[in-house]
Amino acid sequence: MSTLSSTITDGSTAAFDVERIREDFPVLKQKVHGEPLIYLDSAATAQKPFAVIDAIRHFHEVDCANIHRGVHELSQRSTAAYEEARSKAKIFLNSRTTNELIFVRGTTEGINLVTSSWGRKNVKEGDEIIISAMEHHSNIVPWQMLCMETGAKLRVIPMNGRGDLIMEEYEKLLNPRTRMVAVTHVSNALGTVNPVRQIIEMAHKAGALTLIDGAQAAPHIKVDVQELDADFYAFSGHKVVGPTGIGILYGKAALLNAMPPYQGGGDMIKVVTFEKTTYADLPYKFEAGTPNIAGGIGLGAALDYVTGLGIEQIAAYEHKLLEYGTEKLSQIPGLKLIGTAKEKASVLSFVIEGIHPHDIGTVLDRQGIAVRTGHHCAQPVMDFFNVPATTRASLAFYNTFGEIDALVGGIYKVQEIFS
Amino acid sequence: MVHDLYQEIILDHSKRPRNCHTMADATGEADGYNPLCGDKLKLFIKVEGDIVKDVSFVGSGCAISTASASLMTESLKGKTRAEAMKLLDKFHELLTTDTAVSQDLGKLVVFCGVRDYPARVKCATLAWHTLKSALTNNAEEPVSTE
Repeated sequence: MSTLSSTITDGSTAAFDVERIREDFPVLKQKVHGEPLIYLDSAATAQKPFAVIDAIRHFHEVDCANIHRGVHELSQRSTAAYEEARSKAKIFLNSRTTNELIFVRGTTEGINLVTSSWGRKNVKEGDEIIISAMEHHSNIVPWQMLCMETGAKLRVIPMNGRGDLIMEEYEKLLNPRTRMVAVTHVSNALGTVNPVRQIIEMAHKAGALTLIDGAQAAPHIKVDVQELDADFYAFSGHKVVGPTGIGILYGKAALLNAMPPYQGGGDMIKVVTFEKTTYADLPYKFEAGTPNIAGGIGLGAALDYVTGLGIEQIAAYEHKLLEYGTEKLSQIPGLKLIGTAKEKASVLSFVIEGIHPHDIGTVLDRQGIAVRTGHHCAQPVMDFFNVPATTRASLAFYNTFGEIDALVGGIYKVQEIFS
Repeated sequence: MVHDLYQEIILDHSKRPRNCHTMADATGEADGYNPLCGDKLKLFIKVEGDIVKDVSFVGSGCAISTASASLMTESLKGKTRAEAMKLLDKFHELLTTDTAVSQDLGKLVVFCGVRDYPARVKCATLAWHTLKSALTNNAEEPVSTE
């Protein structure tokens, strides 16, 4: 117990040995510009543990074959590993069956699948789609494109100055013409955790469906699609310590069954003749062509890794980090946090009077501190807060309290240079 | 170190940019935009005959882009169009190659540190790309660095 005791801060994080966890992430062991790397950009992409790197390597070294089409040993192994990853995603999201889980490139493709397939079939002129003021471009543009094509109208739930959605305004937007409510679970630019359970319930009462963008939620919050009663839920593997280019779209089976295919090709068919094609059953109907097999297997390993640590334990530890960071950053003169919602996860977005985020980012980088600067693919959010850009430090379970102290020290250095 | 990038003269021009105002009698103007960091800039130029008589700008941006716009306006006055374009080429070369620093650049040599920060080259060149657009009267669409 001697190693554990050094990490005990209180009961809830007693078992969370961050120093041991950091040993699993080789990328964290390097120096950048002569300083130890402090990686505070996990909302852009999370770093990968050996478990994920090894699973992908093992696939390429030992099991590499195409899936669903060979009787030979390697093809059976790769098929089994790929489908096992889907089963892991079923547990991770608590879907009813694996048939409701479509492998996609990421959250963006998941949303585009729904706008293209469900949207074109079900949305007509005069219908309404509701999104929120804090969406990532990936949950704005596909709906805008659908509206342009169909003549439907895009409505936007406003937010207040803290970055909380104004639920009374949302209620007013809902009406019998509302077909879909598509909102983010956690805001990438502000860190706001939206009350999606309530948002979904209200949408259903109005007769509308719901799509939840889970890109920023899946790494930090226990997601239960049945408990939420979400109609569609999308997340990206690379933000949950998995590889890039793979993600999951969850959809209720009845909805997915009624939707036309998204793309045509191999693997999504039962029978093809020149006259007619019969499509495959779920989930393969939506998975044309050879998929990202290595990515799927890597995602499976990533989900094992985070569930092994315990998503609740991760959330509790990150919440403490976030509280600590919020307190420390708030004490810096001239610094203003952007996004101070009642419920937040992982994100510390801020501006400093008189210093452009890009300059902050460069000076921090020279101290080994990686943060994101810019509009975070959420330009409407920047416009709302009347800033061109922010600096965003985003936290993951492998970050430490010491790294937050280093960030604070780094910011003081930035202020020194530009004073 | 980071002070090679943020030299005193750059910090000075970013805090107190010169020729930072609109121009009522401009003969050309153009907008520049760097979507990566949200830098926005409007450039005004007054050309008489072939000579750049006056240049000014307004906008918001990082220290590098603001200082670059400020120092550019100072270095252009009195130059011919051809000389201005040649200066642009030399400036671009300063930022993107390892060649010896050209002495023709005058004060602009303070930006030589930018070559070690590839992510910041676009910040330093935004004003100059916008200048090219203003000089060639091809200013219908804002210049974008992306």
